Amino acid sequence: MSAESVDVAVVGAGPAGMAGAVALAGLGLQVVLLDEQGSPGGQVYRGITLAPLSRRDMLGADYARGNELAQALAASAVRYEKGAAVWQVTRDHQVSYLYGGRSHTLNANAVLLATGAMERPFPIPGWTLPGVMSAGAAQILLKSSGLAPSEPVVLAGCGPLLYLLGWQYVRAGVPIKALVDTTRPEDYWHARRHLSAALRAWPYLRKGLELMRSLRRAGIAHYRGAEQLAVEGTEAAAALTFSAAGKPVRLATRCVLLHQGVVPNIQFSQSLRARHEWDAGQLCFSPVVDRWGELDVPGIFVAGDGAGIGGAQAAALQGRLAALGIASQLNALSTAQRDHQAAPLRATLARHLRIRPFLDAVYQPKEENRIPADGVMVCRCEEVTAGALRGFVALGCAGPNQAKAFGRCGMGPCQGRLCGLTVTEVIAKARGVSPGDVGYYRIRPPIKPITLGELAAE
Amino acid sequence: MPTDPLFQPVASEARSPRTVSLSFNDQPLMVPAGSTVAAALLMSGINRFRATPVSEAPRAPYCMMGVCFDCLVTVDGVPNRQSCLVEVAAGMRILAQEGARDLLLQPANIAPGEVQP
Repeated sequence: MSAESVDVAVVGAGPAGMAGAVALAGLGLQVVLLDEQGSPGGQVYRGITLAPLSRRDMLGADYARGNELAQALAASAVRYEKGAAVWQVTRDHQVSYLYGGRSHTLNANAVLLATGAMERPFPIPGWTLPGVMSAGAAQILLKSSGLAPSEPVVLAGCGPLLYLLGWQYVRAGVPIKALVDTTRPEDYWHARRHLSAALRAWPYLRKGLELMRSLRRAGIAHYRGAEQLAVEGTEAAAALTFSAAGKPVRLATRCVLLHQGVVPNIQFSQSLRARHEWDAGQLCFSPVVDRWGELDVPGIFVAGDGAGIGGAQAAALQGRLAALGIASQLNALSTAQRDHQAAPLRATLARHLRIRPFLDAVYQPKEENRIPADGVMVCRCEEVTAGALRGFVALGCAGPNQAKAFGRCGMGPCQGRLCGLTVTEVIAKARGVSPGDVGYYRIRPPIKPITLGELAAE
Repeated sequence: MPTDPLFQPVASEARSPRTVSLSFNDQPLMVPAGSTVAAALLMSGINRFRATPVSEAPRAPYCMMGVCFDCLVTVDGVPNRQSCLVEVAAGMRILAQEGARDLLLQPANIAPGEVQP
């Protein structure tokens, strides 16, 4: 097995990975940036270097911002490997990835994980039917291919990404049947203690208000405080049903887009057995990192949403901070230089993070959409329902890893990515303990599917 | 089989100058070059990518970013490809995966020489 030595391997070419890699190369380090996609940007800036100008304009200024990062990457000395699917990162800094039908390995002095976020699962009746997708999925189709639903679409759930997609659809002339909002008017009242901090993050707040105003102006039906969401259909989605203001509503549609926030993608940090903690504000597990993003695994750093949701601009700053921490550790920078250069980045980062507690509180996903009723599918791959999972708990199943043995829960092709949080929360509620006590699936490599042939070709 | 496409290009999108031809379940399709297999199928009216091995329930892409594995199809004889991560190519032969039956039959479905080295 031949392994190539590099100073730093960066995994993921979203804002944190691009900014971190460029900063590391600028400090004279030899950097390889590995990314699964065919072009840089991650999900938030997906297709930024390929999107025609008209599409970039329709998607808005926040999307266009990704172009600066992508240009800086192109102008840098970073070796950017597109189409490289990392399937293993070890505690001693070996990074293995699949590229061109073969597995390759890097021996790195330090590793920066910038694998970002994924959408929180939204387990409701019928969410496995064709025609039901996440809002993020629909936005990826818009960014990368300029595609949108061909018939009036129903957007359901809560959170900035859902409203942003609605705003982008309005700009693109895509018909929206309704916005079915699970946020209740009183949620804003409950979040009021975070409002003064949010007001100091005024650009974010103003943007949110603008999004909502544009949806209102477009005359889109907006149901608030929606409960008991369910998708009807046999072979494909036919309608979304719910209750709003105590009345049952049925909206016929072939396309339902669900969203209730994003959570850190922790596949790699979990597979490294790094310490994670349950974040009671963001209702997810996050890896425990120091001021530079370093895990409790020496030399392995996490930047961006993968260490806790902060958004794209915060992610780029965290990428630069991690680069400083890594450069100092590899003796490319003195600690005094590191701290000097970090100070302005930290100040800006703090400004960007001020909005988060308010957003986390207002758009906290409702319990019924996280810990579903018995009949709802939790593990989509192996088709394990919440009821079956509760049955396992009644038989003594104490956590997600035992749920695998009890009923293959989390053992399908997605390796528990999409059901992990739901499984933890369902078991925690059934046992009457905290999700932190229940823990998460034990994630093992390969993180991405790899054939024996590909492995043997290394 | 194909119905009215669930997704279509937004009005401001110019028609893609380059297309490639491929097939889904032996039915020929013309799709924009550079798109992912999942995007190409969705805009071609394919609304059922596979059926689950457990209950043979129909599935289609859910996340479009490589997380959910619901968009799995067989591409040029190789099963379980994430169609949201694979770019279209001329002459590509794509097959839906119909539940456990296909898992059992898969090797027999592949003609000699069809599998990429």
